[in-house]
Amino acid sequence: MREVGRESSPGPLGFPEPGPPRFESAADVRRRLEEIGYLADDGIAGVVHLADRLAKPVLVEGPAGTGKTELAKSVARITSSRLIRLQCYEGLDESKALYEWNYRKQLLRIQAQQVVGDGAGGGPGPGQPGPPAWRALEEDIFSEPFLLTRPLLEAIRSAEPVVLLVDEVDRVELETEALLLEVLSEYQVSIPELGTVRAERIPMVFLTSNSTRELSEALKRRCLYLHLDYPTLERERAIVLRRVPGAGQELADQVARIVRSLRTLELKKYPSVSETLDWARTLVVLGVESVDAEVAKSTLHVLLKYRSDLERAAKELSVAEADGSAGRGGSVPG
Amino acid sequence: MLDVLTGFVGELRAAGLPVSMTEAVDAAEAVHHVPLEDRQALKYALASTLVKSSAHWKAFETAFEVYFSVRTPQSASGQGQSAEGDGEEQGEEGQQGTEEGAGSGGGGGGDTLSAEELAEMLFRALLSANDAQLSALARRAVSRYAGMEPGRPVGGTYYLYRTLRNLDLDGMLRRLMARARQDAGGELTPLEERLARDEFQSRLDRLRRELEDEIRRRLVADRGAEALARSLRKPLPEDIDFMHATRQELADLRRAIHPLTRKLAVRLARKRRHGRRGPLDFRSTVRHSLSTGGVPVDPKFRYPRPAKPDIFVVADISGSVASFARFTLHLVYAISSQFSKVRAFVFIDGIDEVTRFFEGVEDVTEALHRINTEADVVWVDGHSDYGHAFTVFWERWGEEITPRTSVLLLGDARNNYHASQSWVVQEMRHRARHVYWLNPEPHAYWGTGDSILGEYAVHCDAVFECRNLRQLEHFVSELA
Repeated sequence: MREVGRESSPGPLGFPEPGPPRFESAADVRRRLEEIGYLADDGIAGVVHLADRLAKPVLVEGPAGTGKTELAKSVARITSSRLIRLQCYEGLDESKALYEWNYRKQLLRIQAQQVVGDGAGGGPGPGQPGPPAWRALEEDIFSEPFLLTRPLLEAIRSAEPVVLLVDEVDRVELETEALLLEVLSEYQVSIPELGTVRAERIPMVFLTSNSTRELSEALKRRCLYLHLDYPTLERERAIVLRRVPGAGQELADQVARIVRSLRTLELKKYPSVSETLDWARTLVVLGVESVDAEVAKSTLHVLLKYRSDLERAAKELSVAEADGSAGRGGSVPG
Repeated sequence: MLDVLTGFVGELRAAGLPVSMTEAVDAAEAVHHVPLEDRQALKYALASTLVKSSAHWKAFETAFEVYFSVRTPQSASGQGQSAEGDGEEQGEEGQQGTEEGAGSGGGGGGDTLSAEELAEMLFRALLSANDAQLSALARRAVSRYAGMEPGRPVGGTYYLYRTLRNLDLDGMLRRLMARARQDAGGELTPLEERLARDEFQSRLDRLRRELEDEIRRRLVADRGAEALARSLRKPLPEDIDFMHATRQELADLRRAIHPLTRKLAVRLARKRRHGRRGPLDFRSTVRHSLSTGGVPVDPKFRYPRPAKPDIFVVADISGSVASFARFTLHLVYAISSQFSKVRAFVFIDGIDEVTRFFEGVEDVTEALHRINTEADVVWVDGHSDYGHAFTVFWERWGEEITPRTSVLLLGDARNNYHASQSWVVQEMRHRARHVYWLNPEPHAYWGTGDSILGEYAVHCDAVFECRNLRQLEHFVSELA
């Protein structure tokens, strides 16, 4: 079998050798992320730095809307890498994740061969190519021009630096996870007809999960684990200031404090960071300088998405009953 | 370093975290890449390699604080507060011996603050959110009030309790709120009031953490990391015993059950869809074969839709087993889409149907709350009487049990020496598809004292011990 791709030297004990460091230190990660507007905390920066040094994928878990996908995108930006994204869904299989043979093209190729064979008139007869011809054909149709690369293989084969994002990995079935294992630990893909494709430069890999199910031990073991929770008050305030143009100190502070209060309640769905940002933007568009009960009441539905949550929040924040809160949606742009 | 790390990994395993060999190797590898003097970085490096579930974070944090806190934080904070540090050390020496008399002894020491002064300084530190001051004061408060005795094999909860009792944090919160109102010039709007309260509450929580850290540091210095870690070991949320959970643990459980139900629902839905392969779907196969020129490359199958069971939950909600009943109802209702019908009955000595509370309600917690307040479950004296409750159940609802019904009986079968009326369970079994009994008591206690589980058990299809979320989840997923 032919060996595709240049061999990257496996390190001691077969560990993949990490390339030249992308970051100097965790602080460096943090600074560079901040430059492009992603405010990381010590944990995030530390794990990203380690992932680079240990050449291990990062499994990012946490509630929806806390910036899991954004983290991968931001890391791609600061390392000026191409982001390759594999969106997981139920029923994802090898042919969508790794590679697929372009069988339509292969069929066409075979038919073309037959036509050519008939035209020449020689050979053993139509439709029955002799053994040597068949072998040549087989070599031919199982070669690179007939290979459709899918995200995982593409990330491995890419000559330029890439960041691979495997989004919502908890959506695939337990069995399908196994597909990822070879890629994640060895950074290689085995194609029976072609041989093993190894990564020239180990890509940074991020897997995100909304923890709708436990991931398998095998997968977890191969990854560094990062739990992204709702940010602290200070960080959320900083995020609002950074990401919402036009939001003043006071507004950001109030927004962050109200959101923190909401998260202490027992709600079905807690306001996420992205919803906090939406809310802050809404307030800026409405020209609100400081949030009072009235304003909060009429815009709470940007933050909370269940009627029971809205009612409870309105009650708990001692805001008068938010009746017909759905009807007020019209007053808010965006 | 390697020794400490090995000990630490051992401790995590002992606390119930699944740490594999490779993960330990990764951790050792990761430690090389972080500056060792940066404790926070070390913590995250270890966490990312060793802890692979957010539910285990708390156990990790406790172990980490114990194993890696001995020197660094004390010397760091000691430098910042060196002016006060000396006097304080003295006071500490004097007080560690005297137990309850710590207050008076400290007062006489001269360089220690009086109780009022300490409270006043604490108040100011809380008001201005001065963190450095807060941790310095936390150290003083511990010296003064905790009355720690060297060598006692305790986890420190008692010391914390004693310190907190003396500091009166509730009173502190009231004072802080009063001050906030004053500053605002009289009255706060309800929203401001709420925000101010949450802010102060978070600062008080911080103080409490400082106190805990301080006590732990002293305990580590006293007894060594390993011994302390052992007494601090707490069960993971999924292993907490329903019947003996503290209030804090119950809150943890309530938080843990929500993601659990979501996972369970997703898993069951998938199982239903992919459980069995049905017969070939000819039409679909031919349709898909068109793209391969009529060659049926990809055969399609019909998936059978298995019938969903009916569920009757009959739960004892008297004192000791109430929280168990609540969690079970919560779990069953959270995945009610997996059943064609769920009906719930609760009893103590009288019995009442509570299905109506769950109808049209999005929020299971709300419904559970209404059960506690509105259900009519007391017949005579409010002590469990399984016999009477079952008899009434049979008379009123027995007819509605069908061969598709699974009946879940929940309780510890402690019948206060009333008649068991176990014939009801026997009858149920004749009519229903399955009758299961879930008991929150450990297996060893079954049938002891006034527990008459044995009399019911012979008529049930199976009896399960359900002491924690793990066991409960397992049962429920088998059921659907």
